[in-house]
This record gives sequence, structure tokens and C-alpha cells, in this order.
Amino acid sequence: MVEWTDFERATIQSIFSKMDYDDVGPAVLSRCLVVYPWTQRYFGNFGNLYNAAAIQGNPMVAAHGKTVLHGLDRAVKNMDDIKATYEELSVLHSEKLHVDPDNFRLLADCLTIVVAARMGVDFTADVQGAFQKFLAVVVSSLGRQYH
Amino acid sequence: IPFSSFIHPLNRLCGTAEPLAKMSLSAKEKVIVKDFFAKVSSRSDEVGAEALARLIVVYPQTKSYFAHWKDLSPNGAPVRKHGITIMGGLYEAVSKIDDLAGGLLTLSELHAFVLRVDPVNFKILSHCIMVVLSMLFAEEFTPQIHVAVDKFLALVALALSEKYR
Repeated sequence: MVEWTDFERATIQSIFSKMDYDDVGPAVLSRCLVVYPWTQRYFGNFGNLYNAAAIQGNPMVAAHGKTVLHGLDRAVKNMDDIKATYEELSVLHSEKLHVDPDNFRLLADCLTIVVAARMGVDFTADVQGAFQKFLAVVVSSLGRQYH
Repeated sequence: IPFSSFIHPLNRLCGTAEPLAKMSLSAKEKVIVKDFFAKVSSRSDEVGAEALARLIVVYPQTKSYFAHWKDLSPNGAPVRKHGITIMGGLYEAVSKIDDLAGGLLTLSELHAFVLRVDPVNFKILSHCIMVVLSMLFAEEFTPQIHVAVDKFLALVALALSEKYR
């Protein structure tokens, strides 16, 4: 089981309670599709992803970005058993969506960059450490049911 | 999917695989990188110091390379000074952007034969640098600039790993 310090718990709750999902969700997914273009392979039916401007203006990308970000809510609410919380989602990503689990890490990196941009100097090294630890647990849990 | 996009694992292997085709920066991306680094140059010391401080805090295993420092606190003098040194190296790389392997030969030999930093650390330091850039230059660090800088840092890491084996 993952051990969380009081600081880490408080940091994660604070970041997500203050997060503007409508802003961050689209920003994260569109950034991922631009910075790691091979991730576009999963969004063949999203229409125009031909360049950065198209990606950032694409409404399907924006909607899906919000969906994915809200997917983290369950982990935020169940920090003491993220592994069990994401068991079904892990199976889904493996068996139905066929997503390479390395993509979870890429998205997590983009989320860190976007949150850093929104928080500015409040995104201290300790806050970054807590945030990345949380995301690492999420990423690990989502990859756990792959076989 | 174009063949070149399968080269991305090279970023993660950092010099441990011989590519058939090498990822490289387009002319446009070189301009993006040079312009962006020029724009942030007034705070480059701050970026370097902060990035190294973060490396040590967020990835504590990296402290293994600095055991010879008396003071390993993230805001202490040795960390700040070394962060500035590293950033200076990056600016040198920007000036040699058309031939990173040739231009960074001395630094490459230093990292290969003297420092022997495991190449995985280039990747995580690159990430920390980009987090700090995103923090301090939120509006400027757009996805388009992010991808160019990410590629540039990966190529610098490759050049630094040139002589490892």
C-alpha cells in the first residue's frame, strides 16, 4: 500500500479542488497530442488533428480531455487504494481501448507541465514531488491489469 | 504513421540504441528553440538553479551524484551554482544547434569518462527544466514550443551520451 504524508494528501486535495477542469482538461490532452504526436493513433475519429492549431481548437479533443481529467477524481477521493479503484479502468484500457500504457506516463508529464503553468511559483519542488508521486501511482494502477 | 515517429523510444533509452534514422530538428524548430532560449535568457540562472533543485527533491536518487557536496539543500549555494553551470551548457548547445554532437564533444567526453552520469538522468533533468520553464513562462511555453524544446533537450542528451560506449 502506498504511504502518504499529511503534506502529500493535503497537496493533492488542494490542487484538484482548485483545478479548472474545463481549462486544464483540454489543455492537457491537446498538449499531449502535439508534443507526442504518435498518441494521435487513438483518436482517428476525432477529425482534424493535422497541426497544433487544429488540435487545440478541436472540440472532441477538448471534451475528451475533460473526461480523462475527471477520471482522476476517483483516485483523489480514494488515495489509500488507487490500485483497486482503477482495476476496471485498467482492464478497459488494455482489453477494449488497447492503449499502450506508456501513454499514461506521457499524459502525466503533460499534466504536470500544465499544472505548473497554472500554479506558477506555488508549484514548489515539494508540491511537484507530491503531485508526481500521485500520478506515478495512478499510472502504475492503470497499467496493472495488462497482460 | 511516418517511420520517424517510431524513433521516440530513443529519448527514453538516451544513447543505448543505435537509430536507423535520427530524430532531428527542422529549420523551423531550430528557430523556435533559439528564439525561446533568447527570450528566457534574462532568467536563465533562475531556471537552471530551480531545475536542479527540483531534480534533487523530486528524484532523490540523483543526489548520489553530489555526495561530495557538503550542502545538498535545494536552495543552498552548491545546488544553485551547479544549476547555473548546467544552464550555461544548454545555452552553449543552443549556439551549436546545427551540430550538437560535434559542438558538445568536450562535454560529451566529460560525461562519458569523468562524470559517468547514467543517461536516464538526462531525461528527468530535461523534464524538470521544462516544468520550470512552464512555471516561469506559462504563456510562452505553448505546446508548439514545448515539443521543439523537448526534442532539443533529447538531442542534447543524445550528444552528451555519444561517447559512453
